[in-house]
Amino acid sequence: MAYPPEYKYTKEHEWLSVDGATGTIGITDFAQNSLGDIVFVELPKVGAELTAGSTFGTVESVKAVSDLYAPVSGTVTAVNEELATTPEKVNNDPHAAWMVRLTLANPAEAEGLLAVADYEKFIAEEQ
Amino acid sequence: MSTKDIKKVNTHPSQNEGLIFEHSSPGKKAYRLRQLDVPAVDAASELGSALRTEAAALPEVSEVEIVRHFTRLSTWNYAVDHGMYPLGSCTMKYNPRVNEYVARLESIAGAHPYQSEASAQGALRIMKTLADALVEICGMDAITLQPAAGAHGEMTGILLMRAYLESKGNPRKKILIPDSAHGTNPATAAMVGYQVENLRSNANGMVDLAALEAQMNEDVAGLMLTNPNTLGIFDAQIGEIAEILHAKGGLLYMDGANMNALVAKARPGDFGVDMMHLNLHKTFSTPHGGGGPGSGPVACKAHLEPFLPKPVVAENADGSLRLDYDRPQSVGRVRAFFGNFGMHVRALAYIMANGPDGLRQTTEDAVLNANYLRKKLEGTFDLPYATPTMHETVFSDKLQNKQGIKTGDIAKRLIDYGFHPYTVSFPMVVHGAMMIEPTESEPLEELDLFVDAMKAIAAECESDPELVKNAPHTTRLSRLDETAAARKPILRWKPEQK
Repeated sequence: MAYPPEYKYTKEHEWLSVDGATGTIGITDFAQNSLGDIVFVELPKVGAELTAGSTFGTVESVKAVSDLYAPVSGTVTAVNEELATTPEKVNNDPHAAWMVRLTLANPAEAEGLLAVADYEKFIAEEQ
Repeated sequence: MSTKDIKKVNTHPSQNEGLIFEHSSPGKKAYRLRQLDVPAVDAASELGSALRTEAAALPEVSEVEIVRHFTRLSTWNYAVDHGMYPLGSCTMKYNPRVNEYVARLESIAGAHPYQSEASAQGALRIMKTLADALVEICGMDAITLQPAAGAHGEMTGILLMRAYLESKGNPRKKILIPDSAHGTNPATAAMVGYQVENLRSNANGMVDLAALEAQMNEDVAGLMLTNPNTLGIFDAQIGEIAEILHAKGGLLYMDGANMNALVAKARPGDFGVDMMHLNLHKTFSTPHGGGGPGSGPVACKAHLEPFLPKPVVAENADGSLRLDYDRPQSVGRVRAFFGNFGMHVRALAYIMANGPDGLRQTTEDAVLNANYLRKKLEGTFDLPYATPTMHETVFSDKLQNKQGIKTGDIAKRLIDYGFHPYTVSFPMVVHGAMMIEPTESEPLEELDLFVDAMKAIAAECESDPELVKNAPHTTRLSRLDETAAARKPILRWKPEQK
């Protein structure tokens, strides 16, 4: 599955899409593929403060439970409620199945994340 | 499919059986009550509005139906009484029959937790004798027998850590957990209100001392360490680890799940551990499958003793025993009554039947068996850590990955060969882990059958990968839809579905 070139990526396999001061976070195709069938996604509440590099939720698959790490800091403005009943969307379309939207505390933080070419190189080494 | 290499089984027993509710029809019964020999009680006047007006929908079946129901179900199962159960980290050892004999003695089986202390001296003596033996085996000073399982013991241990640090003025914030730890360790720390900080292993699969030095500070309450760890590697730097923690006022908790590698050979109390739990259902041969029940005593050093759950068994001046509730600093009760007493009986029977030399021999045999399998299977399967291992050994599926075969496939194929699978995909520090723990119970003949099976499967991975990918082939059901079971679980049977 192709990685959207407009997204930013982390070494923990989250993606971030930035639109002005709003960020949207999900996990990458690589992440969903390593996790296997996802059965549960635990997300923060609207209003929660995320800190870059800290955990903000968990993804549970039939194989393992993994933490979600915030690529950037900010305040959660929306949570993808659909994932509570249809976690398989993360497997089926990981780059569209967003998890949280947030108001970025510091939009410059996103600049420090991996561009698509760097991320693709990183996962090639992981495999 | 070729069956020439499968020496242990041909097909698994397969007799259909429904739920016991589905056998029910009105009026059938499997009991006859005796004549009432106490004054009759009027339920309505005793219970008032709590009196049930409609009978509960309990199954009504005859004795032979009950016996057949459970016997048929038991044939779907695989137990350590069928053969080797090499589920790494779980120590699925044989449960000696002497344990069961003792636990069924009428005076023990019929004991009641509300008996008077004077009439329960025998039961208290069993608990005290077991407590003393376990304290000696661990090199500790005191113990609680209350916790009902390993994770419950962990939580009790970390509650002790918290209570102790609180008594010193500051419970602290974080607990360090190595990446090779048991999965329950971080969950335990979080349950007790600590933040979890991951501690990296070095290339030998041991704690990275420099990382520990760097991460240890006055915010860290302690370290939870499984030793030997989930790779089966004994961390020989344990003394230094303890010193680094103690120098900054932290405590060292040892997860004793792998004590089967240490009993009567090395004592955690002697290498700096402050407190630890034991799994009687692993190390001390009480039943593990089918819900045990488990038992997870927590042993500790003297400085943690005041915080142990109450009551503890204490000795009176005249040598009789009592339950001591007068423990003002105790973290409280962690379990109704006195823990899973039936397991205390079995563990004590095991310890006494073996004696010190027998326990030592057990430990040596457990390590020998695991290393025999390691040596025999090295080369056939990838061994990610060359460090010597103790009671279990971890391979990876790297060599079989070339055919698209994963650890889970090999494990499923092992069922066709008449063995319970090893532990799959754990520890997570090894990609595609195959974690094998034979325990001391296995005779050489069974170990060799297992080696033959594993080698035959490795050959099948090359010659007929699909055979392995679609295994098992001889069981009632083959691959179940684990995803649907997790996403859309059916949690209870409903009569209207009949």
